[in-house]
Order: sequence, then C-alpha cells, then structure tokens
Amino acid sequence: MLRYANPKRFMGLSGAALPWLAGAAAVFLAAGLYLAFTSPPDYQQGSTVRIMFIHVPAAWVAMMTYGLMALSAAIGLVYRHPLADAAAKAAAPLGALFTALALVTGSLWGKPMWGAWWVWDGRLTSFLILLFLYLGYIALWNAIEDETRAARATAILALVGAINLPIIEFSVQWWTTLHQGESIFRRGGPSISAVFLWPLFAMAIGYTLLLFTLWIVRIRTEILERRARSLMLELS
Amino acid sequence: MSWMFSMDQYADFVWAAYGVSAIGIAGIVVWCLRSYSLARARLQELEKNAP
Repeated sequence: MLRYANPKRFMGLSGAALPWLAGAAAVFLAAGLYLAFTSPPDYQQGSTVRIMFIHVPAAWVAMMTYGLMALSAAIGLVYRHPLADAAAKAAAPLGALFTALALVTGSLWGKPMWGAWWVWDGRLTSFLILLFLYLGYIALWNAIEDETRAARATAILALVGAINLPIIEFSVQWWTTLHQGESIFRRGGPSISAVFLWPLFAMAIGYTLLLFTLWIVRIRTEILERRARSLMLELS
Repeated sequence: MSWMFSMDQYADFVWAAYGVSAIGIAGIVVWCLRSYSLARARLQELEKNAP
C-alpha cells in the first residue's frame, strides 16, 4: 500500500479516478433524492421519514470519516509518512461538516417527533462530542506552525478521540436513550420497510462516494500546498 | 411536481433539513474546488519563477 502512497503516484491515480467517483456520487445522490421524494409517508412519522434519508447517511459518513482520519493519523505516526498526515488533515473539515449536518437534520426531525430540538441523551451527546473533536483537531493543526509537530500532536488527539466511535455506536444499547436503537444492521435483518431502505441505501452510497471525492480533492490540495511551501523555502 | 409539495404538516421541517444539507454540501464542494485551484495556481506561479 505504501508503494501507492507516493505523492506523485497518488496525484496520477487520483486524477484519473476523480471524474468517475464524482460522476458515480452524482448518479447515486440523484437516484436517492428521487426515491426519497417519491416514497410514501410513514404511518407514524408522516413525511418526516424523508429527513432520515439525509440524516442517517450524514451520521454514517461522519463516523466513517473519523475512522479514516484516525487510521491515517496512526499510519502517519508509525511510518512518518507525509501523505498519511495530509490525508488525516484533509478529512477533518469534511467530517466536521457531515457531523454538523447529522446534528442539524436530527434536530429538525426531533422537534416534530419528540417535541424537542435537543435532548442530552447518550447518542446525541456523543455525536456532539464528535463535532468538538473535529473542531479541536482542526484548531490544533492551525495552532502549531511546525508541520511535523502539528501532525504528531493532532494524530494523538485523533487516536484518543477514536474511543468516541464505539461510544456513539453502542450508546443506544448501553443507556436508556430517546434515540431509537439499531434498525438496519441488526440481528434478524432490518426492521424498516424496503420502501424506505432503497432511498436510504442510495443516499448512503451517494454520501460515501461524495466523501471520497472531496477527500481526494482535499489531499491533492494539501500535496500542492506542501510543494509550494517547500519551493518557497528553496527560493528564499 | 405537486407530489413534492403535498407533504403533511411537517413539510417545513423536511424542506429545512434538505435545504441545510444542500447548502452545506454545495458550500464544501465549492470550498474544496476553489482551494484546489488556488493551490495549483500558486504552485504554477512559484515553479515559473524558480531558477
């Protein structure tokens, strides 16, 4: 894998993959939106079930991004590979956005269904902590001028913060929460109707492809900025 | 198009959720593309001036 982690090779491969990834993301998002708006209203939730088609994928992608960021940070910490540091740094703003979207859309679903914009239950609170972890990670990168030291410090923060991922996942089992339990990846199969599963999966795939598209663009930007900085040092 | 607007009493919440998501995603797409093209232009400028 490290063979492909050469920045020059990465620029070539990612440049070829980007249009395909972006195109696939657009197709899945368009199909997901069509299915989301043509699905019938839920017998209990009414049309608010349509919020689930953007809330759940945003939450999945937010957690996936943190996992990818922590993995890249760990590789950067162990192998001191600059591309891994760049990948971790590039993931943070994307993860912060998807986390914020999951929180806002969840709140917009919660008000009509629970009667409250926000409750301090295990799932919601651990997800808010995820947003703070992303913001803290971005702030720490910006606070340390030396790139190597910044990469090391932020990698430790990312790895410590990764403990929050299983807390988010199992919060609905560990504590009595207002947030519903697992309804898709559970023993005995999904508990929601197929008519809602298809738009959910289409949007989840679309969000995931969008994440990888944007992540690659951010990594490429980071590589170019690093090249520019080293060139400036050479010139001065 | 009428099916899109015939959403029970919760239509405001649904449209607000989709609106916020659309703005957020469009915003980050523009930011990512803009910062990429700025970084590329800056590097090209530096490479042009390099001996």
